[in-house]
Amino acid sequence: MHELPQNLANGLLLGATYGLIAVGYTMVYGIVQLINFAHGEIFMTGGFGALTVYLGLGSGTSMWIALPLMLVGGIVTATVIAVLAERFAYRPLRNAPRLAPLITAIGLSITLQQLVWGFYPKAKSPRVFPSLPGGPFHLGSITFQSADIFVVVAAIASMLFLAYFVQRTRTGRAMQATAQDPDTAKLMGIDTDRVIVIAFILGATFAAVAGVAHGLRYGQVSFDMGFVAGLKAFTAAVLGGIGNIYGAMLGGIVLGVAESLAAGYIEKIPGMSQFGGAAWQDVWAFVILILVLMVRPQGLLGERVADRA
Amino acid sequence: MTALLEVEDLRVAYGKIEAVKGISFTVEAGQVVTLIGTNGAGKTTTLRTLSGLLKPVGGSIRFNGQPLGSVPAHKIVSLGLAHSPEGRHIFPRMTIEENLLLGAFLRKDQDGIQVDVQRAYDLFPILGERRRQAAGTLSGGEQQMLAMGRALMSQPKLLMLDEPSMGLSPIMMQKIMSTIVELRDQGTTILLVEQNAQAALSLADTGHVMEIGRIVLSGTGSDLLTDESVRKAYLGED
Repeated sequence: MHELPQNLANGLLLGATYGLIAVGYTMVYGIVQLINFAHGEIFMTGGFGALTVYLGLGSGTSMWIALPLMLVGGIVTATVIAVLAERFAYRPLRNAPRLAPLITAIGLSITLQQLVWGFYPKAKSPRVFPSLPGGPFHLGSITFQSADIFVVVAAIASMLFLAYFVQRTRTGRAMQATAQDPDTAKLMGIDTDRVIVIAFILGATFAAVAGVAHGLRYGQVSFDMGFVAGLKAFTAAVLGGIGNIYGAMLGGIVLGVAESLAAGYIEKIPGMSQFGGAAWQDVWAFVILILVLMVRPQGLLGERVADRA
Repeated sequence: MTALLEVEDLRVAYGKIEAVKGISFTVEAGQVVTLIGTNGAGKTTTLRTLSGLLKPVGGSIRFNGQPLGSVPAHKIVSLGLAHSPEGRHIFPRMTIEENLLLGAFLRKDQDGIQVDVQRAYDLFPILGERRRQAAGTLSGGEQQMLAMGRALMSQPKLLMLDEPSMGLSPIMMQKIMSTIVELRDQGTTILLVEQNAQAALSLADTGHVMEIGRIVLSGTGSDLLTDESVRKAYLGED
């Protein structure tokens, strides 16, 4: 069991990235009841936006200067795409049957993937992403990289910011009100269209940060990286209780840790040797989801309340 | 002088089904006007149109001299029109105080807001006692108090109350009705929609009886209370 701390750390890091993406899924769902299946591609475009900035900088630029600029580039790219998607793809379908925006989201997901595949230079195969200098570091028996520190800092900073924003700011309260009862929110004078745009912008921002984190950790970005990551993040959001932002991060971490442990230990169980390793870790992720939903259909932090008494 | 609210030949439809078929009425400043009638008469539809949640297909609404037809819902409250909706619609996962503060969402005068929060607690002491409690845990009557208190937080020129007595115990209903009387006596202009015709007519200056999308009878509250056909149709007398 000497590798347990390392497996847990790997799971936490993986899970924090899922969580950053899941927050966007859950916020948009909480407000417009839309599963934005294109959100994985928002994450992907965030990674490519950052890569574009990096390629534009001189080759000698220090990563300490490049990284903040890359983050800005990734966030701007992702939020612009998310805002355009909301305005032109989803808003016209606001009052349509719920299947219509869902199918639109899937279509948008494929479109964005193919646009990057077809038009981003040399993106038909994965593109090399810069790495952060320094490392590897050792903490007891755990080994980690500079990019891992970035993930931890980004996840904690994002959640602190979000908690502050939602609980303490006027726009955050407008967002809660809109999520709980949109028509009544309008009666209070809240411009719910604006609130929805802000939810998309926040979700895209966190997804872009996750996209940069993904690039830094794996050393590459690819046009299809949003598919599995988006699916996992969606799983994390459901696991944590869809609509609950803290649940999204918790769900991400539970999922990441479960995957990491499954990949490390399932094969050690007698008779299970063929179900272990990284090849099966996605299967175990969804087994966990099914088991949790059997016991708690509302998710870990989801509430089962009769909202409209 | 022109009335605070002037509704002229208002028509509202859900798809092809016309729910309000050309109604006209006015509310003068300081008046209590009530719309009574059975389920499906178009009363709630009328209020939801006045506050911008539904768009009329015809007719005109003028509030304080300004036409409201194309004003989006979230801008109407700032003109001085507050709506306490049918079914109360408090924000269940927020505290009572947060609900009240949302009623003052567009106001900037922090001191004035605090004064009005206190006024709401004076009007409904139970809300003050439970100010930190999630609004969803309140009883139906207490939620109704919160919905009314929240609507008052915008300092409205006209307060619209939709079925405030719905689903309440007789004691709670009396409490709500006496609060409406209190507000009326303080000079608040009120447009009250009720199925409880007896209670509504006895406190209103003017009443309009609605039936399937039309106003079929209008008069002072006391006239309608003694009107033969109203007594038969709405007050349960033979």
